[in-house]
Amino acid sequence: MTTQTETLPTTACATCPAFNSAQLRKLGINTEDWDYVVALAGNPNTGKSTVFNALTGLRQHVGNWPGKTVARAEGGFRYDDANYKLVDLPGTYSLLSTSVDEEIARDFILFGQPDVTIVVVDATRLERNLNLCLQILEITDRVVVALNLMDEANRHGLKVDERHLMRQLGVPVVPMVARRGEGIPELLNAVRQVVRGEFAVRPHRIQYRDSQIENAVHNLAAQLDARFPGLPNARWVALRLLEGDESIERALTEGTLGDLQRGEAIKSQNERMTMGVVGYGD
Amino acid sequence: MATDGSANDILQTATQLRAQIGGEQYHDKLMEAIYTDAAQIADQSVSREGQRARLGFDQLLDQALTHRIFGFIVMGLMLLGVFWLTIAGANVPSAMLADFLLGAVYNFLHQVATALSFPLWLSGLLIDGIYLATAWVISVMLPPMAIFFPLFTLLEDFGYLPRVAFNLDRLFHKAGAHGKQSLSMMMGFGCNAAGVIATRIIDSPRERLIAIITNNFSICNGRWPTLILMGTIFIGATAPPALASFFAAASVVTIAVIGIFVTLLVSAFLSRSWLKGEASVYSLELPPYRPPRILQTLYTSIIDRTLIVLWRAVTMAAPAGAVIWLSSNIYIGDASIAGHLVNLLNPVGMLLGLNGVILVAYIVAIPANEIVIPTILMLTLTLGRNIAGAQAGVMMELDEGQVYTVLTQVGGWTLLTAVNLMLFSLLHNPCSTTILTIWKETKNVRWTVVATILPIVLGVGVTFTTATIARLLGWV
Amino acid sequence: MMTTTRAAITLDQLQMGQIATVTTLNSTGLNRRRLLDLGILPGTAITVEMRSPLGDPTAYRVRGSVIALRREQSREIEITLPASVSENE
Ligand SMILES: Nc1nc2c(ncn2[C@@H]2O[C@H](COP(=O)(O)OP(=O)(O)O)[C@@H](O)[C@H]2O)c(=O)[nH]1
Ligand SMILES: [Mg+2]
Repeated sequence: MTTQTETLPTTACATCPAFNSAQLRKLGINTEDWDYVVALAGNPNTGKSTVFNALTGLRQHVGNWPGKTVARAEGGFRYDDANYKLVDLPGTYSLLSTSVDEEIARDFILFGQPDVTIVVVDATRLERNLNLCLQILEITDRVVVALNLMDEANRHGLKVDERHLMRQLGVPVVPMVARRGEGIPELLNAVRQVVRGEFAVRPHRIQYRDSQIENAVHNLAAQLDARFPGLPNARWVALRLLEGDESIERALTEGTLGDLQRGEAIKSQNERMTMGVVGYGD
Repeated sequence: MATDGSANDILQTATQLRAQIGGEQYHDKLMEAIYTDAAQIADQSVSREGQRARLGFDQLLDQALTHRIFGFIVMGLMLLGVFWLTIAGANVPSAMLADFLLGAVYNFLHQVATALSFPLWLSGLLIDGIYLATAWVISVMLPPMAIFFPLFTLLEDFGYLPRVAFNLDRLFHKAGAHGKQSLSMMMGFGCNAAGVIATRIIDSPRERLIAIITNNFSICNGRWPTLILMGTIFIGATAPPALASFFAAASVVTIAVIGIFVTLLVSAFLSRSWLKGEASVYSLELPPYRPPRILQTLYTSIIDRTLIVLWRAVTMAAPAGAVIWLSSNIYIGDASIAGHLVNLLNPVGMLLGLNGVILVAYIVAIPANEIVIPTILMLTLTLGRNIAGAQAGVMMELDEGQVYTVLTQVGGWTLLTAVNLMLFSLLHNPCSTTILTIWKETKNVRWTVVATILPIVLGVGVTFTTATIARLLGWV
Repeated sequence: MMTTTRAAITLDQLQMGQIATVTTLNSTGLNRRRLLDLGILPGTAITVEMRSPLGDPTAYRVRGSVIALRREQSREIEITLPASVSENE
């Protein structure tokens, strides 16, 4: 993405972030001295790399087929006096299946502990996309939902009520047409609000509707909480342990989980994941 | 409360609870719960205004592009169209570039060298070696790449690639390959190293290995120019002028299609021998068609792909040019180093319907296939000069007609040589970058060696067969 | 009543133009998980979008997206047709 359109205001509101978009500086591959790490997650082919390119000025492979991004890509941007490192993750449908591609995305969201995770969502396939979004909300509440492909939604005669969505999900929801740069200023503003804690997030919690599961999760999460006070995603870890997820079990026995509780990014995990970065992908 | 609960205690609790809520069922219930929530939220947030979710146009197009009969016809025409546009469109600019780089600039450089009274070896090394190889690479590669890449990217942006995968899937399935192998195969049409990395979308290690080993049968950037040139000057030339570029395109497409069949055959062989196993299941999402952004595609595919590929070729061609010039101008006994090598390999080359020059070129071109053609031309010219007594520099302004003359008159090429070069271009070892990538991705020396050697074995077998048949039938 | 007494049919038997509801997934392992991830679970509505020129795979429309499945997968997915369609048979 190379056009300048992303800096154009898309709404005429005076207090709105269009004004602030002038403060976006694309830093390309320069990710030194970042203040915040932002991850881009979402289903395949929803426009993650398009958003990535619009923010960093880089040219990650964008194409209309699922499976282009097979490795992480990183870039930087500067916005409102802070440097952000942006990480483009491979697209996944879920974080619960423990397959290789999902692991890269999941490990980064869980162990990389990004300050914000932008979930890029296809507005025309909301149900399927929310499946992943709800899973991510169980791992982290520092989420901004980029409701992308709004132009296609309109073309298909779909009207999406983003305010309702925002209330339901409990995190900022920003309608976008990433390809034309529409919504980028609003997205940046939402990211800033979340990193500064200015948005009172009330993340949606999945209702298990099955008292046995609900109880099991509850009990195990309580035990995890007791062992690792302040663990940000005890409920999710409990879910994974109930399913016998080996990599989470390992994290538990090897003490990596304890680092999460202290809010330390895990070096070895990060390095392991960087190995795969080559720069091809969605 | 249970502040003393150690990690193992927690694991134990988890195991107990898991038994209570029941294994696989638990995952099902979990997904059901998530989807129930997701559906509820989506239902409340989205309202339909008349239209159906999928546009009629998309549906219609899909019916056509995956039609029982038209599906494959359209695929063939699409491929043919892309190459016809590439070949027909590159003709004139290629000739102009050659005129300029190999004529005007080349002569000018020599004049400068003379004016500065460079010693002969220096102007030879710099101008006839390094410059010439680089200039040839540019004039041979730039125009076709600048047309081919944007066209391919437009198809990719439009959403056609997954439909091709959908159409071909049955064949891959029968070959025991993964359904997404066709996607990594298509990435290989750009660059095999990228194609090998793209196989990461395949979960099963067995099928991923098959995809990695066979990726080399996708003709890459570095090889298209060889095919296009051979197709143009040897095959196209056999047709009436009006149909020349059509014939040329058809010959290139034929090689690409042979490549797909070899991919399937080798996959089938591997999945029934060393990499035995059932094809694993997969699901492929077919995204909606999206109008490609023409200008942006042009810009990114020219800047990102064409120039990068060209740059890689140039950085390989310059040192190769030096090596070729030196090796063909340093004499040991009665022949130059290159001469000795060519003579050594010539008998084998002839047996394969190729020649020693071509085999030497493929050794020089291990780092990058792009320099095959310049190497062949330089070697043919410099070695031929000694044979034919022609003067260096006389035949440097090579347009396609002259390349034909050089190859046939000086090099003694026939139609068989050209056809077998095309086949050998498809079937030979991957370039060194790809080999390295295969090793990085598999971390396995054995499979890396297989991926390297197997194509050569096939190439030798196939070219030997065609050469023998051609000779038996008295065609050459 | 009509639908409940009929033998279960599987997704590979679904015809173009029919709308069906998924009842049971007989797939296992990663395959089952993948289907669940894509939103193919009991209760989901599903239709045939198109068939590959070689007869397999088939692309289905599920929750607004088009997803291609090979026959060996669709065979493991049980569905029911709405009553009106089954009565005609
Ligand atoms: N119409 C439309 N297309 C978009 C938009 N954003 C991305 N795309 C297209 O969607 C496809 C997938 O985009 P990409 O960024 O590669 O998605 P990723 O797989 O999530 O990284 C590409 O063809 C993009 O051009 C948008 O807002 N509107
Ligand atoms: Mg991407």
